[in-house]
Amino acid sequence: MCEDCGCGDPKLVPVDVHARILASNDHQAQHNRDHFVEAGVLAINLMGSPGSGKTALLEATARVSRGLKLCAVSGDLATDNDARRLNLAGIPSEAITTGNACHLDADMVHASLHHLKWRESDVFIIENVGNLVCPAVYDLGQAFNVVALAVTEGEDKPLKYPTMFRGADLVVLTKLDLVPHLDFSLPALEDALGRVMPEPKLLKVSAKSGEGIEAWVSWLRERQPARLAGHGHGHEHGHSHPHGHGRHHA
Amino acid sequence: MHEYSIVSSLIDRAEAEAKKVGATSIANLTVRIGDQSGVDARLLSIAWETFRERTLCAGARLDIERVPAVWKCPRCGAAPAPGGPLRCFPCNQPARLVAGDELVLAHLELEVPDHV
Repeated sequence: MCEDCGCGDPKLVPVDVHARILASNDHQAQHNRDHFVEAGVLAINLMGSPGSGKTALLEATARVSRGLKLCAVSGDLATDNDARRLNLAGIPSEAITTGNACHLDADMVHASLHHLKWRESDVFIIENVGNLVCPAVYDLGQAFNVVALAVTEGEDKPLKYPTMFRGADLVVLTKLDLVPHLDFSLPALEDALGRVMPEPKLLKVSAKSGEGIEAWVSWLRERQPARLAGHGHGHEHGHSHPHGHGRHHA
Repeated sequence: MHEYSIVSSLIDRAEAEAKKVGATSIANLTVRIGDQSGVDARLLSIAWETFRERTLCAGARLDIERVPAVWKCPRCGAAPAPGGPLRCFPCNQPARLVAGDELVLAHLELEVPDHV
């Protein structure tokens, strides 16, 4: 019994919650996904180590994409270097600087949708923070996860970072032009992928020589959703419709 | 080290549940963390110790239940050999993850004032 006011001891109330800890992020991600689907824009979460060649892959994509309009956000802890590179390559882009955060979350991506003319694009690329661990945990509303893996990173990378590769719809093996300088074994990489991905899919590219980039562009084209009537080009993310923002709407 | 933002989301959710029933503090949280969830239980505990201060979880115990990854063939139900290819060769099917990606707040014990 409380001696001050006689209010009694607190009682312990058990509550079964059984909810995803990241339910708030999941909710925002689904909201992003609804926007992408409704606009007929293919959203890709492009992940990979720092220096795996994510930005160079997109620059090379812009060079051969003929008619496939790209738009991108680029996540880094600091600097807008990647977004500037992408803008120079002709891809309308914006940087998301995360401060100390090691990954993008759905709120950050949603905020960027207000500034970019993403609805005019066919493919919206979310270039995640370079990291093979944390980005795998956060849904952003993408249709597909793509992991860039450079030939210089070692064939056993998938075994070391299984969660990232398990969730990948496609692995793009980059910097293929460097293979003559390395002891790289493609069968060893394919074996490693098969132990962490039930259905491994691999495309081999070189942003420098252009090898494989057409196949990557075809992969994107094949996955482009149909645009729904009444939506599509020229229509901005205007927020005339009511919907919640931020983390705390349930 | 995304475990910090995971803990931040966990505390937000637990506090929201506490407020629903007028709880003044949280005594216990039970979370289920799958081996394939991408979250490290040890790092989660460290982040928890840092972030729970000055929240309703300040005096709470965090119980972490780890869930092992379970892969199965969607046709015959056989599990692939541990560490081997994630395929069922007899059925020629890719295996499916049936447990081990959980990142779940399972249970809370809330302290609710017993007004008399």
